[in-house]
Amino acid sequence: MARHSAVPEPRGERRRREEEKEALRSVRGRAEATPVSLDRLIHERMRLGIVSALAANESLTFNELKALLQTTDGNLSVHARKLEEAGYISCTKSFEGRMPKTEYALTAPGRKAFERYLDHMEALIRAARDA
Amino acid sequence: MATVRPLRPDPVERDPALSDRALDNLRFIRDTMERAGTFTAISGWGIASVGVVAIMAAVVSRARPTVAWMVGTWVITAAVCIALSLALTARKARRSKLSMVSGPAQKLALAFSPAMVVGALLTVALLRIGANDLLPGVWLLLYGTAVVAGGAFSVRIIPVMGLCFMVLGAGALFAPAAVGQWLMVAGFGVAHVVFGIQIARRHGG
Repeated sequence: MARHSAVPEPRGERRRREEEKEALRSVRGRAEATPVSLDRLIHERMRLGIVSALAANESLTFNELKALLQTTDGNLSVHARKLEEAGYISCTKSFEGRMPKTEYALTAPGRKAFERYLDHMEALIRAARDA
Repeated sequence: MATVRPLRPDPVERDPALSDRALDNLRFIRDTMERAGTFTAISGWGIASVGVVAIMAAVVSRARPTVAWMVGTWVITAAVCIALSLALTARKARRSKLSMVSGPAQKLALAFSPAMVVGALLTVALLRIGANDLLPGVWLLLYGTAVVAGGAFSVRIIPVMGLCFMVLGAGALFAPAAVGQWLMVAGFGVAHVVFGIQIARRHGG
């Protein structure tokens, strides 16, 4: 321990580390402001795909999402339900003729969460670049 | 003497793959959004303006009853209309913060172009054999085909407009030459104006 504190850091090295810390502060700030459960919810690939697709469209049907994300009925419905329970997406069920139709749309909290996630990713990249 | 190690290593410094994963996630998001999105920046007012220019072209083309005059007028009109609709679409894209070179826009352009190229080649071939009466039908049919193909990557009303052109083209192909000219006015003129106004009203300009 004594040896660690006794070795003086070169001035340039110390400055570089301070700059790194400064760059990372913004990332940590954003990450901490974002609840851990929220990050995990969007971070998972299938759910990230659902949210991204809905961010580019007013609404998408279950079948459109399934084709776009190339997944199975079961997988899509499990992940969509998780997002729905979190209030990130809304689900509307109706009938088109005799066929049931499930339509999903991104809610306002969902869009905010998606934007926060994008900010978080960009901040991580920026911090790594600055370092 | 043991050296001191931080309990939580600096995430970026100790894990350079973190930023790579973030970059990969952003790529995935962009790719998914592009595949899911449609190109909504097509200008309704641009399409309506094309219709007005086409009606004017129809009047001009009837001024001299020669094939060269008719073809020349419509070829120049086509060039003017392409420039006009591109400029107004670029303006709408800028206003809506959409890219003119995004995935859906590129797909739309790629799907739209082949039928237009075929139309240009067939125009030359038909003029060479003197089958001038077939030109209105061929132009309407191939333009309609291009619009239907490109419209698959845009708002739903665009392919519907393309289908209307195809129906008019099919009629012009088998109708007398004089009727063919009127069907061109109905398609390139009136249909563009009607659909353009609808697109502008429903899709923000």
